[in-house]
Amino acid sequence: MPAPTTATATATTNNNPPTPLDFKESDTIPLPPPKPFQPSLRHPASRKSIYDRALSRPPSSTSLPAFAHLFNTLITYHHAKSASVSEIEGRLNRAGYPIGIKMLDLLLYRQGGKAVRPTRLLDLLQFVHGVLWRGLFGRAADALEQSTSKREEYMIVDNEPVVNTYISIPKEMSQLNCAAFVAGIIEGVCDASGFGTEGVSAHWGEGDEMWPGKTIFLLRFQEKVVEREEGIKAAGG
Amino acid sequence: MSYYFTIIGTRDNPLFELDFGTSKIGGDGIARFRDEAKHMNQFIVHAALDMVEEAQWATKELYLRRVDTFQNNHIHCFLTGGNVKFMLLMNPDPAATTYSAYQTTSPPSRPATARQSTTMLAANPTSQQTEDAVRQFMFEVYESWVKCIMNPFYQVNQVVTSPIFRGRVATAAKKYL
Repeated sequence: MPAPTTATATATTNNNPPTPLDFKESDTIPLPPPKPFQPSLRHPASRKSIYDRALSRPPSSTSLPAFAHLFNTLITYHHAKSASVSEIEGRLNRAGYPIGIKMLDLLLYRQGGKAVRPTRLLDLLQFVHGVLWRGLFGRAADALEQSTSKREEYMIVDNEPVVNTYISIPKEMSQLNCAAFVAGIIEGVCDASGFGTEGVSAHWGEGDEMWPGKTIFLLRFQEKVVEREEGIKAAGG
Repeated sequence: MSYYFTIIGTRDNPLFELDFGTSKIGGDGIARFRDEAKHMNQFIVHAALDMVEEAQWATKELYLRRVDTFQNNHIHCFLTGGNVKFMLLMNPDPAATTYSAYQTTSPPSRPATARQSTTMLAANPTSQQTEDAVRQFMFEVYESWVKCIMNPFYQVNQVVTSPIFRGRVATAAKKYL
């Protein structure tokens, strides 16, 4: 019975797992072992971090020329990258959005122990109109209006937006309003506080001879926000 | 007496976690949760988020007080303007808390711990004293939190890894809880 024995032996050899690759003979190079973890956190020489800075308002406000220069750079950058007026506005809006999210908590913190979250639509609008505007521009906005036709639309009017101080719009882009950046900030505040919007946009208030730079910020809230608002109102809240 | 503190982002995602023990009346500041409590704490806090969502439109306060209890755990919540939740779970005697009918072999509660817990904050979680201590703790964490989000490189719902932030929270915990 020698034949079956040979067959079994052959089968066993075939079932052997393939021998591991020999790196010495192949032209692959094994990766070096990973380096031990080294924290990359660096401290400034003064050993002061962002957590050592005070959150209260600095005594002097930011210089307007410095801001205008930065804002000009921002607009030039986005202008170069966009094809249309609405794209520039969209990009400026997105640049302002994260600022709004952060401003909300900063302003609430600065109010101290009596800080309240805006839970009603009117509270939020007054927060934007008053507290936010004072925090950003040192004065309240000029008007707060509700749309007569649509219940989810509100308007905040600024007669002379400080961001537009040194900005002149070329004729072919007359629709462009660089206060779209501020509209982005407003949108960030609304979203962060749980009042989702369909978008906040900045429009020129035309036909006002006294205020040529009049800007209207149009806030369009989502339908569910208005419904929730009415639910709270119905519950007597 | 042990605490579990966590920060929950706007999409119910955890951003920061810390557990610690009391530092008052001879506490050593080390959490004494049982092994199974490690995941149960996360579960209980997550379940309490529903209570937070109910409470958040009913009050304008940032500090929502005690929102939920489960077994021996009490959950206090602080809601920031940006809808980020600071959740603090406190348990006066973690060793004696049963999470399930399943008996685990854990060391029996030390008598010293039991005696201490009667005089501690969480022994009476509804008391004004506890609420005040937690409120002060929360506002101190809020200050660090605002500083953290003021970092221009911090984006919404990003996990907070800063060891300095962790240190600030631990210091606040030592001071008030």
